[in-house]
Amino acid sequence: MSTQTATQYCTFWVDDLYFGVNVDEVQEVLLQQPMTPVPRASGAVRGLINLRGQIVTALDLRFRLGLPPRAEVDGEAGGAMNVIVRSRGEVVSLLVDDIGDVIDTGDHGGPGLVPAPSTMPLAVQQVVSGVRQLSDSILLVLDADRAVDEASKPSGENA
Amino acid sequence: MDDDAEIVAEFLVESHENLDQLDRDLVELEAHPGSRELLSSIFRTIHTIKGTSGFLAFGRLESLTHVGETLLSRLRDGEQAMTGPVTEALLRMVDTTRALLDVIERTGRDQDPSVDVAPVVAEIESLLAGEEQPAAVPVGHAVPVGHAAAADPGLLAAGLPAADPEPTAPVPATGTELDELDELSEELALELTPEVSAEQGPGTAPEDHPIALEEAPTLLPSSLKGLLAPADEDPVEGAAEPGERRTVVEASVRVDVDLLDNLVQLVGELVLTRNQILQRTEGGDDIELVRASQRLDLVASELQESVMKTRMQPIGQVWSKMPRVVRDLAHQLGREVELAMEGHDTELDRSLLEALKGPLTHLVRNSMDHGIEPPWERVAAGKPAKGTLLLRAYHESGQVVVEITDDGKGIDPDKIAAVAVQRGVVTAEQLARMDNRDILGLIFRPGFSTAEQVSNISGRGVGMDVVRTNIERIGGSVDVTSEVGRGTTTRVRIPLTLAIIPALVVGEGTERYAIPQANLVELVRLEGADLERNVERLAGAPALRLRGKLLPLVSLAEALGTDKIDDDALTVVVLQSDDLRFGLCVSEVHDTQEIVVKPIGRQLKNLTMYAGATIMGDGRVALIIDVPGMAHAQGVTASQTESAESHTDGDGGNTTALLVMEVAGGRRAALPLAAVARLEEFAAERIERSGSAEVAQYRDGILPLVRLASVIGLPDTGARTDHVSVVVHEFGEGEEQQAIGIIIDRVLDVVDATVIHSEVGSRIGVTGSAVVQDHVTELVDIEAVVARSGVGA
Repeated sequence: MSTQTATQYCTFWVDDLYFGVNVDEVQEVLLQQPMTPVPRASGAVRGLINLRGQIVTALDLRFRLGLPPRAEVDGEAGGAMNVIVRSRGEVVSLLVDDIGDVIDTGDHGGPGLVPAPSTMPLAVQQVVSGVRQLSDSILLVLDADRAVDEASKPSGENA
Repeated sequence: MDDDAEIVAEFLVESHENLDQLDRDLVELEAHPGSRELLSSIFRTIHTIKGTSGFLAFGRLESLTHVGETLLSRLRDGEQAMTGPVTEALLRMVDTTRALLDVIERTGRDQDPSVDVAPVVAEIESLLAGEEQPAAVPVGHAVPVGHAAAADPGLLAAGLPAADPEPTAPVPATGTELDELDELSEELALELTPEVSAEQGPGTAPEDHPIALEEAPTLLPSSLKGLLAPADEDPVEGAAEPGERRTVVEASVRVDVDLLDNLVQLVGELVLTRNQILQRTEGGDDIELVRASQRLDLVASELQESVMKTRMQPIGQVWSKMPRVVRDLAHQLGREVELAMEGHDTELDRSLLEALKGPLTHLVRNSMDHGIEPPWERVAAGKPAKGTLLLRAYHESGQVVVEITDDGKGIDPDKIAAVAVQRGVVTAEQLARMDNRDILGLIFRPGFSTAEQVSNISGRGVGMDVVRTNIERIGGSVDVTSEVGRGTTTRVRIPLTLAIIPALVVGEGTERYAIPQANLVELVRLEGADLERNVERLAGAPALRLRGKLLPLVSLAEALGTDKIDDDALTVVVLQSDDLRFGLCVSEVHDTQEIVVKPIGRQLKNLTMYAGATIMGDGRVALIIDVPGMAHAQGVTASQTESAESHTDGDGGNTTALLVMEVAGGRRAALPLAAVARLEEFAAERIERSGSAEVAQYRDGILPLVRLASVIGLPDTGARTDHVSVVVHEFGEGEEQQAIGIIIDRVLDVVDATVIHSEVGSRIGVTGSAVVQDHVTELVDIEAVVARSGVGA
């Protein structure tokens, strides 16, 4: 199934951005998990979570998108949800603000994947493979590999 | 058909294993041509394969093994002598048999035209007819060595049946482990598939080949042990000792690796569930429930441990095929090589073992091709004609180290450098900045090969970089050291990933960190006065005075970039890694426990201070500190350690610990360390005047200050900075104790030096001079300094 014909997306919000990631790339979605911070790691790495015995790195999409951090609750990033994706043979958790439904874009008609408008912030453009127009909203289609790779780049302040 | 397929699969596994044993036996046989026992063993193996192949209608395999069997029976009965060509023919027969087995595995039949049995059959038949066959068989018909090696499943090095390279192949588990597993699983009412039940195990293998299993122990006397010892250090576990082997075979059972992996997963889940139950029942009223959950806790832990153990396999399984590889290569390359192996029982997780196979074989080939010289060249160089190749494996600093050492011609850095520049691997400019070690490292660069002649064994320039890539893929490293004319050692280090290690769990901030116990030397806790007396800041770097040695200190909190809680006590974890030794200051020490090392994502690979992560009893993740990485990240270098080492050396000798200081803008002076109570740094404005003397307020008192430069008659330059370094010297006893502060420019070092005193430069305040660290250093007369301060006079 190519990206063009993929019609099912797991959707989520980061701040007021409405993202979707191809369901084929998503392993599962989890509520907030206990997390172990990794000192000296890139700012995008929020910590490590224990996913049934497997250790999974949690990357904060907010950091990647240049958004302010979530309000802290008890020292943990408050209310962050985990979208567990598979990227290049590894399992990685993307921290997002809220989870939406799995949507079938086939139901919405409209054109397929179109390039992201060039007016979008560069940080956002870098992680999306394009946008899809739905009947009531616009879905930013996340490229999981790119989101993970970009997020793992050491940031200037933490490198 | 499915039943048939199962029988064929069983036959293949069994036969591959037998063939590996056969390889060893044949090589051994060449050294001891008269050994009837070895011949009988070989004969039986071939006979078994022949019998089963007839039964399964593998006609070509049958015809091949049939001639082999005939030849062997004649050899065994003394009707035919063991000669070079005969050995060659037998080995070729074994290789072709193996190739046929591979074909059967792939296609289910033995009719594939890629393997031609006719030439080998013809060769053996002509030998049977009494003709000598001077290498009549074209090389093309023989199975290439590379192929044989690649197709090899593991052999029976440590007396255990080997795993196949395919991940689905069975892995052996010893009977006891499985018995244990069985009990545990029964207790937990966990459903295990029947394959792992211990009862079935011993039964399966012998049924098919009763001859091989039952008669072998009597037919192969223990005297063989002696013959085989050189190839296999540990005679108790000696792989090639067939008598031993049979018993191990009987005590073990084949388990599918997928099943094992699945078990590991399930046990992981079980442990987590146990933890949740434990948390729920803790402090509960139901005594029975509490008791049951404690029992569950215990059993689950033991189950986890046992399951993890089943994944560990001795490295000997990879090595067991080396005698054959070395023998073949030696013949092909015209080398004489003696292979020695040490530490074959060093255990590794089986997944790492698999990954290690290829690189190790390659390195061995490299040593034979590029390292060990032809006999005439060796003799000309004054070395024994027979080269030595040593494989050594051991655990060190929580890693498994595998060394491949040859006593060949070594690697000439100049030659490497020249070739590297010529091939454009590096520029001459880059080269100029490299030391010999870096230059040797160039052989791991892609596109590099120094073989003057490209052979079909190595030298195509795609070797060493692939070796390195493969080893790095499993998180290991490889380096090479060499001495021209003396030999080369390649050292492969593999991390503990997936292994279970004992670790010390420490706390920093709100998190816990695990430190591999292999790196742990001791724990030191300092409180109050001890803390002040024993911890010094040397030019800003903290160091602990520990039994006369100075230990560089690293704060875990600082290393992690978290807030340091200032405490009136200090807990130091003394760590050792290779030749580095340092102290890690931690906030809390929890306990030691066995942890399962798990890999961390590639996002964190650039953080060398972590070796991985593990999951604690409560299900939370804890990071594992990589001690060498931590030392590196914190700038603890070998040179710092060397100075600490020199203290060690100095303990027994007639040496003095000296504090070396800089005074008067570059002059060196030294004080006996015994005269130094503390090192302080004062802000310049803290220096006040009392009469003509300089003083500072210090520890609720007044500390008289003396400028060392002026005492020893040098111009004073120290006052020009914002801060002054002060050496506090205490003298007198009890109530009478007094202190003075000696102002110097800065502290250079603390050394243990054998002071050869010279009267040169002797004057007031200076007892003479000595050479310390290759510099002329003036020895300060502490009495004169005290006298100058006017205190206590």
